[in-house]
Amino acid sequence: MRFTEHPILDFERVRGREVTIYFEGKPIKAYEGETIATALHAAGIRIFQHSTKKHRPRGLFCAIGKCSSCLMKVNGIPNVRTCITLVEEGMQIERQDEKPVLPKTSKPPKWKEPPRIEADVVVIGGGPAGMMAAIHARDAGAKVILLDENPMLGGQLVKQTHKFFGKREQFAGVRGIKIAEILSEELKKRDIEVFLETSAIMLLQDGDEKLVVGVRKNKELVEFKGKTVVVATGAMERMIPFENNDLPGVYGAGAIQTLMNTYGVKPGDRVLIVGAGNVGLILAYQLYQAGVKVEAIVEAMPKIGGYFVHAAKVRRLGIPILTRHTILRAEGKEKVERAVVAQLDENWNVVPGSEKVFEVDVIALAVGLRPSIELLHQIGCQIKYVPELGGHVVIRDSRMETTIKGIFVAGDSAEIEEATTAMLEGKIAGISAALAAGVASPGWLKEVEKTQRELEEFRSGPFGRKVLEGLKKVVVE
Amino acid sequence: MNEIPHYLREGYLTVEELKKYVGLPSEERLRQRPVAVPECPQEIPCTPCKEICPTNAVLMEHPNAVPLVDYEKCIGCSLCVQICPGLAFFMVHYIGDKARVTMPHEVLPVPEVGEEVILLNRVGEEVGTGKVVTVIPREKSKGDTPIITVEMPVELAWEVRAVKVVRE
Repeated sequence: MRFTEHPILDFERVRGREVTIYFEGKPIKAYEGETIATALHAAGIRIFQHSTKKHRPRGLFCAIGKCSSCLMKVNGIPNVRTCITLVEEGMQIERQDEKPVLPKTSKPPKWKEPPRIEADVVVIGGGPAGMMAAIHARDAGAKVILLDENPMLGGQLVKQTHKFFGKREQFAGVRGIKIAEILSEELKKRDIEVFLETSAIMLLQDGDEKLVVGVRKNKELVEFKGKTVVVATGAMERMIPFENNDLPGVYGAGAIQTLMNTYGVKPGDRVLIVGAGNVGLILAYQLYQAGVKVEAIVEAMPKIGGYFVHAAKVRRLGIPILTRHTILRAEGKEKVERAVVAQLDENWNVVPGSEKVFEVDVIALAVGLRPSIELLHQIGCQIKYVPELGGHVVIRDSRMETTIKGIFVAGDSAEIEEATTAMLEGKIAGISAALAAGVASPGWLKEVEKTQRELEEFRSGPFGRKVLEGLKKVVVE
Repeated sequence: MNEIPHYLREGYLTVEELKKYVGLPSEERLRQRPVAVPECPQEIPCTPCKEICPTNAVLMEHPNAVPLVDYEKCIGCSLCVQICPGLAFFMVHYIGDKARVTMPHEVLPVPEVGEEVILLNRVGEEVGTGKVVTVIPREKSKGDTPIITVEMPVELAWEVRAVKVVRE
């Protein structure tokens, strides 16, 4: 289930030392630097828990720490997010089958006097938006701290093996994985302090300043105090209703990319993809590159939603795209064994007798994302539901400042768009946060305005129209 | 409701659509030397092909415009094929009763010069066999994408857009 050869990636080079972990007492080979969920997948284990009431099997879904389907008991501690927790020699992993109980002997993190780290700008999220925010806030003169709950920097860039669009000065023609490396390097050059495996669990107003409460490695409480904060927490995968959509083997598209492109583990042998937006199309191509058979891409809309060129790439490799088709149900006992799809008529009703059965062990949902706004919500930023932007988003001004002074937003947590726009927004938010912290000279406003023009240009085509419509509803001056 | 173009319903261009949206080089031009053809009919924010072209043969009024190639200015250098993030540029060259098509090839194995490969059309159907005449490996490619040139019967030049390498 692990790759040895890949046209773009070299996993042998990145895999760490071999370690042994134990799943319900049975030894499993794993590599340092990979997550528990990855190692279990490589060993063919798909069922991570059973639901408490109906005891239905559950497996990995999002693989980036944003949902609850991968929670397992690790070294006796329940509810560990195995998708973002790295393996360690001798770890004991168990399925959660009942309501989990914290063992009496385990100690929760100490709440008294946690270490407090201070900066001008605290950036939450180490993806394209967060990294660009940190880099540019630093360049504008701010002391910057960046935290991310994942074990590596890059956010979703680390699984983007395709080349980016846009202008060459905006990394067009460069693969996402390479952009992650370039930006990480830029952070290093600037001595920006980075806290990985650190989850921001609270965002508070503390006098004129902000306090971010973080938990490091599930154990240690850390406080980050900043004059301003940039929230770049990304997005999470959407789910759609269909029968058995909770079976192990139904994944968010991003989870498959994580398994396959970040860790070099095959998600399965035969895949059905739901959704022909860019994510679904790119995923199909990546699966083909990894030697996995894609049976079809189904899309409920009457046309392909992503870039045509991505569609052409997968069609010429023989992967069918069925527009006006939807998934009816997943079938299988303990995990996906089949997918049943059907055609839709012009009123979105299933055409009787149009059912098709695909023998697949993986169903990938690429049906869109919604912004992760939990921290912004919790501190009280004004929120609005804007479907064009992917759901609930925060009101902000053209410099990405929310309705709470000193709190900025960027990237997918601001609205669902491209990594390129996330990077541009990150730059705007980072400089603006440094300005608001009172550490950047007013001359930096020019750079903000230049970046705003670049964003405008990127969004000026048909693909930007929907976002621009949505932005009219949330951007205030 | 607006009519949805075939290529957005099906995910591939027909040769008729190519003529309509992109415009094809003349037979005479195709015989002179390789010429780049953009199979990119949709307005997306993307400009590397225009930026990399050494002779300004790629025409684009704004960053979201559809790239069109001035076939007379094109020198057939293949940089656009190498850099294109959408893998949507190809080069075509007619030589006698053969055609040489240059295309990106980002899957394994990468064929070797002289190797016989299975030719795939825009919907992945096998339409014949061809011989690989040039390979620019990933390391030497401007856009980190290996590109290959495959010789095939001239009548397949506007059908074949991918190959499959089968070893035993």
